[in-house]
Amino acid sequence: MRDFKDAEHLFRLLSVFVVGLIAFLLLRGSMVPRSFGQYGHYRGNAIAEIAASPISFAGHQACETCHSEIVEQKLKGKHARVNCEACHGPLAKHTEDPGSVTPVKLVPATLCIRCHEANAAKPKSFPQIVSAEHAGGTSCELCHKPHSPAINTEAGR
Amino acid sequence: MNITRRRLLLLTPAAAIAWKYVLASTPEDAPNYKVSEHWWGMLLDITRCIGCGNCVRACQIENHVPDGYFRTWVERYHVSDWSFDNPKVDSPDGGKNGFPAASDSSGKNFFVPKLCNHCKDSPCTQVCPVGATFDSPDGVVLIDQTYCLGCRYCIQACPYGCRYLHPTKEVADKCSLCYHRITKGLTTACAENCPTGARQLADLKNPKDPIHEFLKTHSVQVLKPHLATGAKVFYNGLDGSVR
Repeated sequence: MRDFKDAEHLFRLLSVFVVGLIAFLLLRGSMVPRSFGQYGHYRGNAIAEIAASPISFAGHQACETCHSEIVEQKLKGKHARVNCEACHGPLAKHTEDPGSVTPVKLVPATLCIRCHEANAAKPKSFPQIVSAEHAGGTSCELCHKPHSPAINTEAGR
Repeated sequence: MNITRRRLLLLTPAAAIAWKYVLASTPEDAPNYKVSEHWWGMLLDITRCIGCGNCVRACQIENHVPDGYFRTWVERYHVSDWSFDNPKVDSPDGGKNGFPAASDSSGKNFFVPKLCNHCKDSPCTQVCPVGATFDSPDGVVLIDQTYCLGCRYCIQACPYGCRYLHPTKEVADKCSLCYHRITKGLTTACAENCPTGARQLADLKNPKDPIHEFLKTHSVQVLKPHLATGAKVFYNGLDGSVR
């Protein structure tokens, strides 16, 4: 220990560093979220938190469990692969509580032309009409039933 | 054991490190979904898009996107034969309410839906200084909004213009590929509401996903491939004039 005779000031300095290091580690431990670094340089729990947000659109599978007769109608027509909520809007609340939350009645005049109004940018194979000329103001659903839109089909009647 | 002052001083940093591991060993419950089993992307079929704006409206409702901001939007391109490099592009209110009739129906007209490309090597996550935006293990670029500072680096870094600063939360926001839906076994709100099937969610790790057959049989492109971002939103029928 003779070599350390005049080195007391060095040990004092070292103890300052050690105390500083401990303080740093304690602060870091309390400030960095526990799941940080679980998968990468981010808070791992954020994934589960984002996944836990509630949904607004229930998905057509949920609709089809109850409304099987509509599914059959749709399968016969051109709208077979148009999902329910594409027209009827977000109805996750309706699937949770079908009694008190009911979908609103749709207005065909605005709904149909949203897709079928003629536009040069639409694919040529997509059925398009110029609504001002097509039926002279007659409401769409007088001829076309929305769930199976072709005229003169059994399902359309 | 005799604890001298010196020994105590030596023991305390070790105890501090040990305490950190004690804190870290309380992981939250994992959701009933295995991130390692999925690798998400999306397929956009331009030849089917009719510009109805259903996807834009559905996204705004599902994700509470404020008016005037978009996680997804639809652009209309007009390309004339003599100016291939200068297409005319319009997107009134993000295409949310459809598009008015084209003023010029000559040349080539088509719709291009856009959204976050969920890049494998995403420029936005590389610039985040705090680790608030990240690539999830299942290939979705997400934002931890409780951690975001709102510094806007990521908004500038995204070469596709897919990010915005949320006006009230004052944090970065963008398409999450409806992460809260796809982890529940549903498709995204935009794909669910697309009447023509122009948008399809794709799980590239699922061998039964129809995306594999589609990619095999079609000429598919991503946006700005020269940037090597590893974009996972695949476009079928993408015109060379699309930026």
